[in-house]
Amino acid sequence: MLLMSALMVVSARNTIHSALFLVLAFFTCAALWILLRAEFLAIALVLVYVGAVMVLFLFVVMMLNLNTDLLREGFIRHLPLGILIAIAIVAEMFLALNSGGFRMLDQAALKAVDVPGYSNTRALGSVLYTKYLYAFEIAAVILLLAMVSAITLTMRRLKGTRHQNPAKQVKVMRADRLRIVKMQAEPKGDSND
Amino acid sequence: MTEIGLNHFLFLAAVLFCISVAGIFINRKNLIVLLMCIELMLLAVNLNFIAFSYYSATLSGQVFVFFILTVAAAEAAIGLAILVTLYRNRRTINVSDLDEMKG
Repeated sequence: MLLMSALMVVSARNTIHSALFLVLAFFTCAALWILLRAEFLAIALVLVYVGAVMVLFLFVVMMLNLNTDLLREGFIRHLPLGILIAIAIVAEMFLALNSGGFRMLDQAALKAVDVPGYSNTRALGSVLYTKYLYAFEIAAVILLLAMVSAITLTMRRLKGTRHQNPAKQVKVMRADRLRIVKMQAEPKGDSND
Repeated sequence: MTEIGLNHFLFLAAVLFCISVAGIFINRKNLIVLLMCIELMLLAVNLNFIAFSYYSATLSGQVFVFFILTVAAAEAAIGLAILVTLYRNRRTINVSDLDEMKG
């Protein structure tokens, strides 16, 4: 289980398949997070990544209609370099982790969660809305920024369609639309019988 | 199998991170796969955060993961929007073709 997500991701080197394997990796990681008693974040991971980001990725992959053969050239050429760097970092991490610096933390695993009625979501929320409120608001602003920038980046005005111009609509004065004409009143008895 | 400790999770996260680094080096041509590798790296970092938060009995790590998730989602959205605009203008997302700035 621990190695499954990693193995699945390594076997995915094919644009649309790799997106789907990424979904699988996120799912297994969410399962791991549930094992680590972070239920709220696991659900958030599934919702945000599997639900939103992956759909976005698949949309872009399918929309762009790419020539994959062209993009995959040089795959073999870069393979030794990539594997070399990966092995180097893994070896280094292994040495660092085996030095035993984190061993003493193993005993101190979260005791508070074993009481019945404990809710990870409630605990996280009570911290998030009090201690980290300012950062929370900044995160909200970042999301708004992402939304606005994504829309403005991809929006394009099509030629030939009709648009409203709200600024002009607001700015309009009475004189632009309505013209009062002075004219002579018609003499009575002349119009109807 | 012995008791799963903090080291196992840290090692798993390290392996995941290295796979994504290798993926960046291998798939230098494909911009979409590069973005996905960045997402995987962030996932590895989040796994580290949650493992530490569990084994040190604090919630700060989970709060941090929450913010990382937010920023990562924003980053993915903006990155893909830039990608779409790029493809519309240049009809390619091959990284080696995007050498106009001569960086």
